[in-house]
Amino acid sequence: MTQVINVVVAGLGGQGVVKASDVLADAAFRCGLDVKKSEIHGMSQRGGSVASDVRFGPHVHSPMIPTGQADFLVVVAPDQVDVNRHVLKAGGLLVSPASLEKVPGKLQAKSINVALLGVLSRSLEIPLEIWEDAIRGCFPEKHHRLNLEAFEQGRQAVAG
Amino acid sequence: MVAKLADRMLLSGDEAVALAAFNAGVLLGTGYPGTPSTEILEAFAALGGKAQWAPNEKVALEVGIGVAFAGGRSLVTMKHVGVNVAADALFTAAYTGVTGGLVLVSADDPGMASSQNEQDNRHYARAAGLLMLEPADSQQAYDFAAAAFALSEQFRQPVLLRMTTRTCHSKSIVTQTALPGPAQAPSFERNIPARVMIPAYARPAHHALRDKLARAAAYAENCAQTIVEPRSKALGIIASGVAAMHAREVAPEASLLQLGFSYPLPMQAIRDFVASVERCVVIEEGDRILVTELRAEGLAVEGKPERFRFGELNADRVRRILEHDDSPEAKIPGGKPPALCEGCSHRPVFEALNRLDCIVSGDIGCYSLGVLPPFTAMDTLVCMGASIGVGLGMRHVLPPEQAKRVVSVIGDSTFVHSGLTGLAEMVYNPPPTGHVVLIVDNGTTAMTGQQEHPGTGRTLLHDATGRLLFEDIARAMGIADVITVDPMASDVVLDDVLRQALDSGRLVVIVARRPCILAAPKIRQYERAAAEKRIGIAVRVDG
Repeated sequence: MTQVINVVVAGLGGQGVVKASDVLADAAFRCGLDVKKSEIHGMSQRGGSVASDVRFGPHVHSPMIPTGQADFLVVVAPDQVDVNRHVLKAGGLLVSPASLEKVPGKLQAKSINVALLGVLSRSLEIPLEIWEDAIRGCFPEKHHRLNLEAFEQGRQAVAG
Repeated sequence: MVAKLADRMLLSGDEAVALAAFNAGVLLGTGYPGTPSTEILEAFAALGGKAQWAPNEKVALEVGIGVAFAGGRSLVTMKHVGVNVAADALFTAAYTGVTGGLVLVSADDPGMASSQNEQDNRHYARAAGLLMLEPADSQQAYDFAAAAFALSEQFRQPVLLRMTTRTCHSKSIVTQTALPGPAQAPSFERNIPARVMIPAYARPAHHALRDKLARAAAYAENCAQTIVEPRSKALGIIASGVAAMHAREVAPEASLLQLGFSYPLPMQAIRDFVASVERCVVIEEGDRILVTELRAEGLAVEGKPERFRFGELNADRVRRILEHDDSPEAKIPGGKPPALCEGCSHRPVFEALNRLDCIVSGDIGCYSLGVLPPFTAMDTLVCMGASIGVGLGMRHVLPPEQAKRVVSVIGDSTFVHSGLTGLAEMVYNPPPTGHVVLIVDNGTTAMTGQQEHPGTGRTLLHDATGRLLFEDIARAMGIADVITVDPMASDVVLDDVLRQALDSGRLVVIVARRPCILAAPKIRQYERAAAEKRIGIAVRVDG
């Protein structure tokens, strides 16, 4: 990985947007990369729109992803896709609940955020065991199984 | 000292400051919750540091000054507008100086993610005459906070550590280092001329302050926070805070001077840097402070157009400044605004205020969202506690039929912060039509993430402690009509209580009490733990 990878995670307050960006940032961190992650807290706690920028690579300066330079946009709420699309660069990948159509089995609503990371993981050079360590590191133990399963379901949703 | 954590960590700037404070042997952390500063004390407490919420920022700083007079290190945290509340203590603490290291974190909010203004607290360093450090990421937050304690003791001055929303809440990699502890253990040393600011002692203290600043300016010239990265001679950038990171990103070839020690300025280092490049641009978020001061020194530096005074900077805006690109910026689509939660106890209150067509003098907290549809039941919001004074002012001059509709609405934490003096004003200078103060008590500082306050009777770590009872306070201050209601009881009850209060022409305090729906399960857990502790003690006494 020689370039900085830019991922925006977006959705509504209460959907685990910040948690998903924590897992991603932690996974990149465990790869030994430089990582910066940034979002606005505060009023977003009250169900409003929230977006988190995660950047990783050999060296990251600004914590914010410049508009139109996101390589990936992960949106947890279907109705937040349009208001966030502008962050993607040309040819960038959108990961949204629509990406989970081919999920095997039933997906728990509250772990859609982690399932979407499973989809995203197919496009990133982060080893599976590091993702799993990051999930275990970011959730309390009683939620490990649920989230590891959701992550795997997300991976399965992507052909290949 | 070094906390028992990994050496390399992914931390927010707030967490990094807390870690530095812990490793630097801070004896007491105090502050008032305020986005984006709140997590500092919570993280400090989680590390095992002694941390407590103060009723407001002024008290927090006064407690911090006391710790520092006693020779201990103290950390005082608040958001930018909190420094306004603490400013009275701050300006004179610059005269008294300190013995133990005192670091005041001012967490500014350019762009107003969660604030009522975007004031630039770099002005406070200049106005009060205090050293200021400005980190650009979490590693610098750790390193600069650590340096701030040492500098505070070296110059015997409080030090301002100025953060912004981006440096507080962004996470980046931090390597912790062992830090030297304070030079001495707390012990009282009498020093009347230094600490009793009667005019006779304050006059020489002002001279001493200016001498300290002159020495600090000389120190800043070669310190670890004045960071020069010489590269291209064609372009030099002078920046502070996170703006330095944006600048490095968009102009990797440029020479960069990061003013991490941002007051007093290392003017010779700046002069040398400006002379070393053909073109020099000052990149600063907020007001045009640095560029104005550098130009006053006769330096040929470029600044930014007025429109970049508003909101945060980012890489794109910095590029525009550097390239003189004055094309309109792309409009970002608006997202979904925040709203009061489903089941929030503030909802029926604002529905009632709307039904009764009240003129609502509002205040700061989650309930500020009462201004938005479907409630549209807030007419003023200025600062913490202003609901009462502003409501009284309107009552004094509005025609009676309008005056009688004015209600001051204030939350529980805000009432403790700045509402008590408002009640004193109400009792002392009652308007001819009386007045109604409605305390919406949801048992927590909800907006900032459910922190405790003196009205909850629990400490920062949720242990039982002394509790302020709003009804008792109001009665003790001379208000006879004090009514407690459950806002979820029924619309009829709420309307009746409000209507009677408004029609009475008397001074009325209504406490609408119902725990925050998000905090309620935790509050029950804290209460259970406290009850079990009490029973445990009783059993031991009986046995």
